[in-house]
Amino acid sequence: MKIYDVTELALRNLRESLLRNSLTTVGISVGVASLVAMLSLGIGLQQLASRRLAKSGLFDTVIVTSRRDGRDFNRDQNAEGPPPAESPSLDEAARKQIEQLPAVAEAYPDIRFITELRYQDKPHVTMIAGLPASAKNNDAFEGMPGHYFSDDNAREIILQKSFAAELLGSQRNSEDVDVTKLATPLLGKELVMRYAERTANSGSSSAYSVVSREQTLKIVGVSDLDPDSMRGPTRARVFLPLALAQSLHVMQPADLRDAASRPGNSPTFLTVSVRVKSPAEIGSVESSIKKMGFNTFSIVDATKSMGRFFAVLDLFLGIFGSLALTVASIGIVNTLVMAILERRREIGIMKALGASDGDVKLLFFAEAGAMGLLGGAVGVALGWTIGRIINFGMNIYLKQQHFPPEQIWFVPWWLVLGSIAFALVVSLLSGLYPASRAAKLDPVQALRYE
Amino acid sequence: MTATPLAVQTENACRHYTMGHSLIRAVDGISLEIRSGEYVALLGVSGSGKSSLLNLIAGLDRPTSGTILADGKDLAKLSREDLSKYRLHTVGMVFQSFNLIPGMTVLENVELPLRFAEVDRSKRAGLATEALSRVGLSGRLNHRPSELSGGEQQRASLARALINHPTMLLADEPTGNLDSRTGTEIMEFIREFNRSLGMTVIMVTHERPLAERYAHRLIFLEDGKLIQEQANPGAAAKGDS
Repeated sequence: MKIYDVTELALRNLRESLLRNSLTTVGISVGVASLVAMLSLGIGLQQLASRRLAKSGLFDTVIVTSRRDGRDFNRDQNAEGPPPAESPSLDEAARKQIEQLPAVAEAYPDIRFITELRYQDKPHVTMIAGLPASAKNNDAFEGMPGHYFSDDNAREIILQKSFAAELLGSQRNSEDVDVTKLATPLLGKELVMRYAERTANSGSSSAYSVVSREQTLKIVGVSDLDPDSMRGPTRARVFLPLALAQSLHVMQPADLRDAASRPGNSPTFLTVSVRVKSPAEIGSVESSIKKMGFNTFSIVDATKSMGRFFAVLDLFLGIFGSLALTVASIGIVNTLVMAILERRREIGIMKALGASDGDVKLLFFAEAGAMGLLGGAVGVALGWTIGRIINFGMNIYLKQQHFPPEQIWFVPWWLVLGSIAFALVVSLLSGLYPASRAAKLDPVQALRYE
Repeated sequence: MTATPLAVQTENACRHYTMGHSLIRAVDGISLEIRSGEYVALLGVSGSGKSSLLNLIAGLDRPTSGTILADGKDLAKLSREDLSKYRLHTVGMVFQSFNLIPGMTVLENVELPLRFAEVDRSKRAGLATEALSRVGLSGRLNHRPSELSGGEQQRASLARALINHPTMLLADEPTGNLDSRTGTEIMEFIREFNRSLGMTVIMVTHERPLAERYAHRLIFLEDGKLIQEQANPGAAAKGDS
């Protein structure tokens, strides 16, 4: 029989026992839907986690330090490469060289200093750091009260929540305070930063002076999270636009270290932050920078173990989803075996008229396949809807908890096509036994059957 | 007469099967020859083995021993696949209970063997309509079998039996479910096919008068054995009257 005849007859037979075949198809749909919903949530969670981690800046950043620091983070690392005295300085030239490396998105100097800020004539001392324009995408600034710096030279600052609490004289632990309550009285207010400026002495290339200066800055945002968490004890609580911070020529700790070897007006940096284009390239970027004679630091292994965790999670979700499909496939076997009993005589007639075993087998196979294909398609739509509803419900909950909405559910194309194909294969496998049983039916017996 | 090729030749054909502990000899060593274009009636009481013999000739069943040569082939030795091709192209069958598929229209029922024969979709409706008009059912194409009278259903099944132009028509009590008037109508169609299309007709019946009126030869069976053969030269003359 030709394929279109098989298809046409199969669909006609499915319509004949509409209720039973519909229920079987619904069974498959539910199986596929649970598979799709489970996997789409697994994939969505994985994407959410990697998106969050990428935004945290923890997994695409390499921190570069000079060996001249004499700091002793990692003895093995310090044992390799040139001795500190012969290693290069971490200055603007080195920064540019690092930025030229292929997988590097950006390399910016770390301007970081402890200084005094006066708010309403009351002094406060804290760590201040410069932030590049790209840090705008950091999740610490997502949904933040106020806004990110209007440009890279704006005389604006963003406060970390704990410092905002300090400015307002709050004695309570800032963790418990709602950030919007802290931001409301502070946004748009000004404070004065007092700092030590390094200026080149005119007429001398072997000396520089340190001059005390003041700068008025406007508060534009208060961040709830800690944008600088990777820095541990040296993390800042007040942030400036990076270009502004550089133009102020604030005296840096590294200036002291290199005071004798690098006089004049060209500063060296304590650290340079390197953002790589993808976390996968961190290793190669690190080794290239090490070859240049610097020390590096990054958090890479966490992403690898996270990937492993999600592979296991997806596997388990997939197994649970497939269980429902297994139950559904038993439904197909049952439906088709029933159909053989019911259509015994019809099968006998077809054989008497010249249908081959193959024709009969193909017909039952096509019926199983059609139910699988339809069930698969409906199931994907159903699973997609279930995923959406779960996502929607979760966002209502997140909103109640004052969190920004999240997408924890994602249905990629391969999941759509894969699920339909899986449903089809499972259905065809379920049709194997009924189809061969129908094909082997003895026509004489079948025709005698009333 | 002897120069005419044989349509069917059985030699010591047996069909035995066991039911519980007893052996049933449905067909028990039958040897006969049916010439091409001949009209033969198989007669006997119920259980005499006439339908079993017909099923063997139709290729629906296989002999447990002996040979059945049809269309030059030994049916006992054909593969299941070749046997289904034989049923499709060489044999057309009509049954006492019509055996139309209830979910299909008359036209679709008649088209069904064309699907198995992989006849082009565009030609099928035309061929089926033509076959149905030959049995006078052109006005009933889109009716379901349940909407037809018994006679009409048997005519539809005759059209279906003819659709692939087989050389043999096997009829198992074709008038058994019909009143005598419509039964006669069906018998006239069968004789017409025998005469104008040259089809070999093998008809199973237990009505001797019917057989005597239409068949060229009567074969009597009892307990699976051939007990008597009788030529019936008068059939043609009777039919013409």
